[in-house]
Amino acid sequence: MTTLTTESPAGASAPAGRRHRDVQGTGRLAVLLLSPTFLVLGLVVGYPVLAGFRESLYTTGQSLDANGFVVQGSQFVGLDNYTAIFHGDRATAFWNAFFNTTFFTVVTVTLETLIGVGMALIMHHAFRGRAVVRASILVPWALPTAISGLLWRWIFQADGVANAILHHQVLWTADGNQSKVAVIIAETWKTSPFIGLLVLAGLQMIPQEVYEAAKVDGASPWQQFVRITLPLVKPTLLVAVLFRLLDVLRMFDLPFVLIGAHKDSVQTLTMLAWNEATNLRYGSAAAYATVLFLYIALVAYLFVKLLGADIIGQARQHKSRKAAA
Amino acid sequence: MRRTPLVGGLIAGLALTLVACGSSSTTKTTTTTGTLAGRGPITFATGKDLSGNMQHQVDVWNAAHPSEKVTITELPADADGQRQQMIQNATTKSDAYTILNLDVVWTSEFAAHQWLAQLPQSQFDLSGFLKPTISTGQYRGKLYAIPSASDGGLLYYRKDLMDKAGITTPPATWAEMFADCDKLKKLPEAATAGCYAGQLDKYEGLTVNASEAINGAGGVVVDDSGKPNVNTPAAKAGLDVLVQAVQKGYIPKAALTYKEEDGRLAFQAGKLLFHRQWPYQYSLANKTDGSSKVAGKFAVAPLPGLSGPGASTLGGHDLAISAFAKNKATAADFIKYFTGEATQRANLIATSQAPTIASLYDDPALVKQFPYLTALKASILNAKSRPLVVQYGDVTAAIQEAAYAAIAGTKTTDQALTDLQTKLSALIK
Repeated sequence: MTTLTTESPAGASAPAGRRHRDVQGTGRLAVLLLSPTFLVLGLVVGYPVLAGFRESLYTTGQSLDANGFVVQGSQFVGLDNYTAIFHGDRATAFWNAFFNTTFFTVVTVTLETLIGVGMALIMHHAFRGRAVVRASILVPWALPTAISGLLWRWIFQADGVANAILHHQVLWTADGNQSKVAVIIAETWKTSPFIGLLVLAGLQMIPQEVYEAAKVDGASPWQQFVRITLPLVKPTLLVAVLFRLLDVLRMFDLPFVLIGAHKDSVQTLTMLAWNEATNLRYGSAAAYATVLFLYIALVAYLFVKLLGADIIGQARQHKSRKAAA
Repeated sequence: MRRTPLVGGLIAGLALTLVACGSSSTTKTTTTTGTLAGRGPITFATGKDLSGNMQHQVDVWNAAHPSEKVTITELPADADGQRQQMIQNATTKSDAYTILNLDVVWTSEFAAHQWLAQLPQSQFDLSGFLKPTISTGQYRGKLYAIPSASDGGLLYYRKDLMDKAGITTPPATWAEMFADCDKLKKLPEAATAGCYAGQLDKYEGLTVNASEAINGAGGVVVDDSGKPNVNTPAAKAGLDVLVQAVQKGYIPKAALTYKEEDGRLAFQAGKLLFHRQWPYQYSLANKTDGSSKVAGKFAVAPLPGLSGPGASTLGGHDLAISAFAKNKATAADFIKYFTGEATQRANLIATSQAPTIASLYDDPALVKQFPYLTALKASILNAKSRPLVVQYGDVTAAIQEAAYAAIAGTKTTDQALTDLQTKLSALIK
């Protein structure tokens, strides 16, 4: 890795001398060694993205001939599939889904982070039965989302546990704001352990001496948490939150199973894309998916830029250390 | 008009000559329209065989036709999953599925995409079938699928309480039903029960129930010529029955989240006095193992309408042959066997699935075993299909959207139906 990064700028600035300098053929070797990775990446990431984008520029089988048969073959329609998303009824549905997706993302990720950090702090403490607590906190994360959706639907049905506890009949699975709450509760329950687990790993990296030093200096527990724990666990926490952001932005199975398709109050962008695909409008579905892809990419970019989530931190550290030396 | 069959025949012929490379027995006989040729092993793609009876019936066929064996290919249990698998199979032109067990609302879509082999009317005698079921297998007047099972809604009602209240005949209209309900609610046993429920959650069941309300008032969603015509006083009167029943509390609020099973559990727990449901509930609600509190206490009647008996929405399944399959002649024979009277009789006895052969509903022995058959026959004979359209997925979503908005009170019935008419006009051209 390091050979390549130091080598390539030199090669780029003096292309003529490159061949001469690369006597041992290390550059070629590096390319050779890395090519399987690039091949796999191209196959599993590059190709689907490009194929999806290409698909979004076409439309297939949307008209009938005189005998009622669907006209075969696909037509190139340029950006029509994209402009259609922002017109008429479709636009209402899109902005509704866009709002839902964003709303779920902000609310659930905030809740998950708070609860997840709390869980990590509990799991981090040495006490009797710690293994049991750790294992049980992880159970929701281990369940498949569709299954937890079914479980929560049971709880949220009209004569379910939730209403029995509240002593009030709330139609959680009917269209309306209450169904948003149901999704948020189920989603938070399911994914807080993920943040908890990653933060726990971060906590265990913090050396005990730092806390001892803080104690000697007379720092209160709150000060220790804010001044030591949070800053030191921040890199791990940000990566965990980033992962969750990317995950929630393409939320599909939980609202689909728990509340149902076609319910406006929980419709997400992925559900719109699914709806198009299931009605055989693959071009339009691909357009929705591409829009969602761009939105997710934008959110991830802003998150990394603004908060400095350091997903490739290790590599950068190496580089700067090398530069310093 | 004459050109299509020819072209279709040519394509079929071409496909068959390709197929014939594999099996030598099917050469040069297949250029005429719609001829189904080729004999040999085939597959039967169907949803989960819950009762195990399907396998049994296939075994009987296989014993008699050792060189034309049928293998069941089980698809996912849910309808969406089945449709998706069949579509994937068709878009890749795979010959993995020979016979497709289609939900009645899929036939148009599959036929329009030319994923189904057209069936020659002369080969299939449908005269003994219940008339409404036949149209579910047709697309633009041509036959593509043979109805193998039917389904119609029934009004389940608490006979014991009706007797106690001195009501001798089940209600034929909505008004009678709600009046009966008021009387029943005066009985101490029924004081806390809800009056009526169907399948009113926002899913396919709502399309079924809303269409029934509209049809039962003499309205239509899509008229006989295939044009949407839902913004009418009759349709409004029909949908208004449900809307007002929710407002007045005849339909309990919780029923807005009911699918089939939620409603069944409520009825079995004695929480509902009247319930619109498919025939499958009959034997389950009559179970005496303690799962049902209403075993032996209920009866069934045709669905109520606005000013007379209502109209059920037609359910059921059709068997079709994939356009890309081999051995279509075997497939045609198997469909004849599987939809024949003897097989359907055995299937009814084993699974209580509603047959498509009319005479079975009048068989005294069967009626004795399944007392609901008489009411079911009336229900199916009077039943209306859901729109037989290519873009069914969009159409049903639009109907659900409108009906749900009206019932939940977020739109007036007028507004909901106006919007629905606009949407359907754009979808059905």
